[in-house]
Amino acid sequence: MAFRSAVITFPGSNCDRDMADALGKISGTPALRVWHGDHDLPEGLDFIALPGGFSYGDYLRCGAIASRSPVMQAVIAAAEKGVPVLGVCNGFQVLTESGLLPGALLRNSGIRFVCRDVTLKVENAQSLFTSGYEAGQEISIPVAHHDGNYYADAETLDRLEGEGRVAFRYVGDVNGSARQIAGVLNAAGNVLGMMPHPERAIEATHGGTDGRALFESAIKGLVGA
Amino acid sequence: MKVRVHVSLKPGVLDPQGRAIHHSLEGLGFSGVNDVRAGRLFELDVADSTSDEALDDMCRKLLANMVIENYRIEKVAA
Repeated sequence: MAFRSAVITFPGSNCDRDMADALGKISGTPALRVWHGDHDLPEGLDFIALPGGFSYGDYLRCGAIASRSPVMQAVIAAAEKGVPVLGVCNGFQVLTESGLLPGALLRNSGIRFVCRDVTLKVENAQSLFTSGYEAGQEISIPVAHHDGNYYADAETLDRLEGEGRVAFRYVGDVNGSARQIAGVLNAAGNVLGMMPHPERAIEATHGGTDGRALFESAIKGLVGA
Repeated sequence: MKVRVHVSLKPGVLDPQGRAIHHSLEGLGFSGVNDVRAGRLFELDVADSTSDEALDDMCRKLLANMVIENYRIEKVAA
């Protein structure tokens, strides 16, 4: 069965091609490309990806304007029906701004833009997106962001941890994130937001392939393989 | 009607920008600055008929992120 995925492009997205490339190469079916001004999503999607970049120039707050765009209303409706949604970097910021994920992403505590490979610990290896990893496994994935400092109040953080919704944690401090959280799931487990870029670690020429298992997990979980 | 919306980080939310500004003020030799928090100011020109409720809604739905920020609405005399 073909894997029907879509990558949403906002003005200022700059990792949309990388994301479409990763989804296409790993699933064998080219990802559909959707423009932010579209009110509807293609029918029958198996997977929606919100890519990295600087949507709307990060005006107001990172991801704030994109999260109010017409297509996001369709993405929110699809997510609520259970369609898997992956938001990476700016896509994660869009997910928190839209309310699909709790918390917010603040300016990095060290003020500087951070662009390097980081080590992540897989905290939950049972989700749709992470079943290809082992719990506790350490993987290397690149980050490139200025506003990746995850914030939520203590009660929300406790709830996320208690419900196994922390998907990935940084090994060591990268950006000041609360409890070193790098990626979180929604309550239903079909929405994942993460600052690191798995789509930039899918083939040897990228310098690492640790991001591959994330896409493989999702594709296998959705269409079998 | 002119309206100013002041948006500030909630107490307890780390403000790296405020901290950097604080550090810079100290670097310029200003003493006695205990803390700096950076915020945002929006100046809106809205129809006189705009209700307080609508202004509140604008803040909650877009101008402020209620997870991390507070807002204050100030109506400015013409």
